Amino acid sequence: MNTNTSLKVNGQTHAVSADSDCPLLYVLRDDLALHNPRFGCGLGQCGACTVIVDGRAVRSCLLPLSRAAGKEIVTLEGLGTLEKPHPVQAAFIAEQTFQCGYCLNGWVMSAKALLDQNPNPSDAEMRKAFESLVCRCGSHARIFSAVRRAAASMRAAANLSDAQRSA
Amino acid sequence: MAAKLPLSRREFVKGTGGLLIGFSLADSAIVPQLLSAAVPPQAASTTPSPARLDAWLRIEKDETIRVFTGKAEIGMGVETAYSQIVAEELDVAPARVAFVMGDTAETADQGGVGGSTSVAQGAKPLRNASATARFLLLQLAATRLGVPPDQLEVKDGIVSVKGDPSKHISYGELAGGTDLNDALNVSGAGFGLNVQGAGKPKDPASYTVVGTSLPRVDMPAKILGHFTYITDVRVPGMLHGRVIRPAGVGATPATVDEKSLQGIPGVVKVVVKGNFVGVVAENEWSAIRAAKALKIGWSAPVQAFPEREDLYRHMRAATPKATRVMANQGDAAAVLATATKKVESSYEWPFQSHASMGPGCAVADFQPAGVTTIWSGAQKPHALQQGIAQLLNLSADKVHVIWVEDSGSYGRGGYEDTAGDAALLSQAVGRPVRVQWMRADMTAWGAKGPASVFDLSAALDAAGSVTALQYTSRAFSGTEILPQPNSAGNLLGAQLSGVANTTGADEFAVWGDMAPRYEFPNLHAVGYVVPTFYATGSPLRGTHLRDPGGPATTFAVESFMDELAASVGADPIEFRLKYIGNDARAKAVLASVAEHAKWDRRPSPKKPAASAEVVAGRGVALAIRNGTYVATVAEVEVARRTGLVHVKRIVCVHDCGLIVNPEGLRAVISANLMQSLGRALKEEVTFNRSNVTSVDWTTYPVTRASDVPEQIDIVLLNRPDLPPGGAGEPSSRPTAAAIANAVFDATGVRVRQAPLSPARVKAAWGTAVSA
Repeated sequence: MNTNTSLKVNGQTHAVSADSDCPLLYVLRDDLALHNPRFGCGLGQCGACTVIVDGRAVRSCLLPLSRAAGKEIVTLEGLGTLEKPHPVQAAFIAEQTFQCGYCLNGWVMSAKALLDQNPNPSDAEMRKAFESLVCRCGSHARIFSAVRRAAASMRAAANLSDAQRSA
Repeated sequence: MAAKLPLSRREFVKGTGGLLIGFSLADSAIVPQLLSAAVPPQAASTTPSPARLDAWLRIEKDETIRVFTGKAEIGMGVETAYSQIVAEELDVAPARVAFVMGDTAETADQGGVGGSTSVAQGAKPLRNASATARFLLLQLAATRLGVPPDQLEVKDGIVSVKGDPSKHISYGELAGGTDLNDALNVSGAGFGLNVQGAGKPKDPASYTVVGTSLPRVDMPAKILGHFTYITDVRVPGMLHGRVIRPAGVGATPATVDEKSLQGIPGVVKVVVKGNFVGVVAENEWSAIRAAKALKIGWSAPVQAFPEREDLYRHMRAATPKATRVMANQGDAAAVLATATKKVESSYEWPFQSHASMGPGCAVADFQPAGVTTIWSGAQKPHALQQGIAQLLNLSADKVHVIWVEDSGSYGRGGYEDTAGDAALLSQAVGRPVRVQWMRADMTAWGAKGPASVFDLSAALDAAGSVTALQYTSRAFSGTEILPQPNSAGNLLGAQLSGVANTTGADEFAVWGDMAPRYEFPNLHAVGYVVPTFYATGSPLRGTHLRDPGGPATTFAVESFMDELAASVGADPIEFRLKYIGNDARAKAVLASVAEHAKWDRRPSPKKPAASAEVVAGRGVALAIRNGTYVATVAEVEVARRTGLVHVKRIVCVHDCGLIVNPEGLRAVISANLMQSLGRALKEEVTFNRSNVTSVDWTTYPVTRASDVPEQIDIVLLNRPDLPPGGAGEPSSRPTAAAIANAVFDATGVRVRQAPLSPARVKAAWGTAVSA
């Protein structure tokens, strides 16, 4: 029943042997030891398992392994490092965003996907993009602040690089 | 710059554990590391006595201050607060303080987490042990440097001679790696455990670290993806387990068809013990598939519950199992009997679910001849050690509970039960088993915050003063499941396998404790406990959920106070001030919230135009909980067509005595407000005659992005003259009442049943309009 699948995660190619129907979440967590996509519901209702697949935020608890093969998958582990955190991560740290942080994978990955497509989301656009996520502890207000901070810093960085190019 | 980020120094396990799970941002690998250490099987695992200094604190050669505490981090930042408290007393940088938390073989039993006591009470022994360690270190330094202790000063763990800083020695050089085995005097137990030694803690007036907004020590590791939660624990030889709960309360598995699992690779065992059913497999996906596929012929469940719409009728009609008079002064009944003006109202609060973000996860390694190890994120690890030992028929010293952080928990929500499930499955297969609950195992089958109903009546005189008040509460006991999992009967898996429930003393919805203690010349308050629906293995079993009884009782009392104010045309804040007595801190939070909310002083309701599609209003509520004071104002908009209540703004004034970490406190309060907003507007456990039907995030909705107010103002009243009080729960308490009062202000309609869902608000409004 197991099939050999080639998965491209965070720029690295992995050969995995697993059931082709197995949701990507369990392959990432159990076979590749990438633990940040988290199990929250297994139903696509909370977003704790979010990964970015070909640029879009996707619920890995519902995505069969067979449909993840060959795609560019990015997990939280692939965003930034201690030395060079992704601007979204830096903003979330600066805002002291979370309580327990178990859900944060979904918010950080969804924020990255949102800001990649819409560098200056309005309050309404941000709420709409996040409506399908759950934070049971209630860190929402700080999450919103962190996303605004990330958006501003990413726009500033983009303007800076535009200026450098034109200089 | 980034390299200076504060890092969590929490560590799990020391030499005796057999396994070392740790992580370090210095590691080149991003993935949390699991290191297997070759340690021979242990004969016993004992909890350290609190009577020695090194049970609390050790100085490492590398200058790390390693602190051992029976408390645990459940997401509110207590580790950060503790690092400040320890650093303050020892004069070291907080970043050098590392923690071992909630490990039953490494930390004293402090009762675990509960009751918003971790800073108010749990920090006391840490503060005293740190002060004593500093005292002893200065004595050692005095000998080494040849001057009396009073001529020494300490800066970041370096002891030097005043006026001659060239003469210095570090804590690590003085005591690194040696045991500070000095005796301490022990008092109290559980949450109240305290120790005292030779060192005196500092005068709070001299604090330089406590009271500052040190960033959360765990935040960078979590956000950068280096953090180890319980769900990430892997041990060698580990299998994966899932549980299958009964088709309804009391249902038994008459037939279990293991052939239905043919074709699923790696299934190791189907475990059936009474009504407890679990599957164990080599990998997680196979365990999930097996749990879904297993054909079980369940016997017909017991029709133990009323229809959902009959819940409150049932509670009022049921013969109480316990009665308590909570206040009785004057003769309220007589005054009410002859009163010319009376106000009477009833309020209803549903069962609510913990519905933690992580559905519950634990790893158990059952060892019949050695020490059984349990990895769990349960709030009370030492109690869990007792419960698991009883479940497995072992002595407590044959069980070692290693606490590893789970997702946020808000009481006895189920992580204890997950540990019990893992223990049962590991015992059955003789190998380590990781149990990950599915969503419904937590939301539907976790223990619940109990439902309650309230009847209030008051007499008013011609001048508009309240002359008498009667309060009656009927609630399921919050201790149908004890918050302490210290017996096998406390654990759901054990109950399903045939062990009787270990319930506690009856717990009431208490006047004057779970709501403000207003003063009236004639007052009678009585509470009843409604008998449980089903004693053992029920998904509707009551337990402690964040601020047990508080939001419900305050919803009733603070709504009623608003009704009384409206009945005499009084401003809601002024009316409360009239009856709160001489409580200066209560008056102060009310005055402050009026100022910060720019409170519109007038009676409610606002009397909206009948044609307005969306109407706005403001409401207030007060909460006093174990010495913490909260006043909350909610500003809402209510849509006539849908009944949807949207909170536009919340202003929360909070006084919990001395503030240890202002920014951390703001974050805790903000989260409390958002969670309790969901409890006020959305959260309600649904059920049929034999089972809970709210099983996931769709059927048990909580706060979502669209619910978040446009403005949240948190005002902290610091009281350095008072000891630090609790903050984990109090600001959850007044939210529902403040929102209900704002809805009344906006619409003129009083909604007396929580949550204030669109359907409920629309129905109440529609009735009022047509009447």
